[in-house]
Amino acid sequence: MLMMEAAMGLMRRMPPKHTETALSALLSLLPDHSSDLLSQIDQPLQVLCDVDNAKEFILCEYNRDADSYRSPWSNKYHPPLEEGMYPSTELRKLEIEANEIFTVYRDQYYEGGISSVYLWEEDDNEGFVACFLIKKDGSKYAHGKRGYLHEGGWDAIHVIQVGPEAQGMAHYCLTSTIMLSLTTNGDTSGTFNLSGSIRRQMKADLCVEDGHLCNMGKMIEELEGKLRNQLDQVYFGKTKEMVCTLRPPSELLLPTALPESRKP
Amino acid sequence: MEDAEEILLTDDQKIDIAKWFLLNSPPGEIQYVSKDLISVLNDENVYQRAASEAFPLYNKSHIICLQFPNRSGEVLVSSFSELSEDEYLDPRTAQVGKVDHVRQVCTQMRPARDDELPSQYIEEYRCALDAEISKYVGEAYPKGVCSVYCTSGKDAEDCGSDFELVAVITATRNSPQNFCNGSWSSIWNIEFKDELQTVEVRGKMQVTAHYFEEGNVQLDAKHECRDSTMFQSPDDSADSLINMIRHHETEYLNSLQTSYSNLPDSTFKELRRKLPVTRTLFPWHNTLQFSLTRDLSKELGIEK
Repeated sequence: MLMMEAAMGLMRRMPPKHTETALSALLSLLPDHSSDLLSQIDQPLQVLCDVDNAKEFILCEYNRDADSYRSPWSNKYHPPLEEGMYPSTELRKLEIEANEIFTVYRDQYYEGGISSVYLWEEDDNEGFVACFLIKKDGSKYAHGKRGYLHEGGWDAIHVIQVGPEAQGMAHYCLTSTIMLSLTTNGDTSGTFNLSGSIRRQMKADLCVEDGHLCNMGKMIEELEGKLRNQLDQVYFGKTKEMVCTLRPPSELLLPTALPESRKP
Repeated sequence: MEDAEEILLTDDQKIDIAKWFLLNSPPGEIQYVSKDLISVLNDENVYQRAASEAFPLYNKSHIICLQFPNRSGEVLVSSFSELSEDEYLDPRTAQVGKVDHVRQVCTQMRPARDDELPSQYIEEYRCALDAEISKYVGEAYPKGVCSVYCTSGKDAEDCGSDFELVAVITATRNSPQNFCNGSWSSIWNIEFKDELQTVEVRGKMQVTAHYFEEGNVQLDAKHECRDSTMFQSPDDSADSLINMIRHHETEYLNSLQTSYSNLPDSTFKELRRKLPVTRTLFPWHNTLQFSLTRDLSKELGIEK
């Protein structure tokens, strides 16, 4: 356990843009802890193109079987797999619906990007797990409509465990991670890059009458909004504070002049 | 038995990985990184070898500032002040500090030898600029330190020759109890060109900040600029150079502020909006409409 603590300690200090390199370095140093490392450290999301639909889908541990990944659009593994794992018919129905609705949700908040939703049964209870993924490339040449960002990426990973239904209620446990990087570039301003990741959890017992999708969606929307605000106000804010501590803006350097001149 | 054939790393590979972690430590955090790394490596020999190679590189690239053992001043560890792997010059006090890189302390000091210092002629320029920069850094950076080095032509005795000064300004703030560390560094290369009677200036500014309470967010900002002025007397040169440096650094700070103030409404919005395009929360209760309109647009062939 000490080993994992130290590994997580390293991950919290390495530059976020090097997350993949840091993770693969840890995997090679600690092969015995690979499953712990992979479950606790989120990696930037990758995409593949579904050949049947000519639509991109997102890859993660939850749609992987051997070296193939299942597309939520065609339900087929890429590259093809003889006996891959599939969700039950009922769950697949919910998965199709979730992907459709989440596409609209993603479009309204992200104005671009790619999303994928995967559902699967839990082995040890009657509940299920869902994973909602969003990847947005906000750079000038991708989905950055307004062209503000030289480079920019946002990955959102929402994993939600849904407990079995009891007396019309179900327990939901959501873990959300946001990973982002944004870079602006200008002749007079140089390169300005902010990047990082945060992960939070949210639990709720909700009435299943409205449907699982509605409950999961609301929780995701709420936590995603909170994470975005925290990144903006707390995390970016703290780095800005640091810059102003290192070199205070000139108005802070002349505190004596102002009160005098303000007197009526 | 395939599992048994797991590829084991050689010591050299482990050392490379360990060095990578050490060199990528944010400012002020290499000691914390090395502590975690020792646990992960679980191999004292590998760690020692990686540390002895990585720390000198890290200390120089981050320009760390170390107190002299008798606290009479400080020495900046940089490639400009480097006399040998573990000896660094402080031109202001004409002293040389012996540095223990891995412990990040200055263990001994000695007066600099004449051949390690610039000539009288160069020293007048260096000293005048150092005085102006010290005054400016005292005003502009609450925890700033600075030094001016002669990096080329230090033995020139009289006018008629070219030489180069480098002014280094650094400010660091380590606040691990608040999960926050940061640093500002500027490096000004100043080339005095005798034939053209000009002074060519190249500036490199870099600002980093790391906030890691329940997360890991880092600012990495850098900017380069060029300028030039006339070759004048030591005092007049120092005067125009400090005005130039002050101007560029103030401009850069302003542009950093602008980048931050653009975040909420433009740059960050480009990744994800605060509210949907509809400006109301997503209608999860009424998602049936989306499936219906989708089916309809599919049938009508107007799907985008």
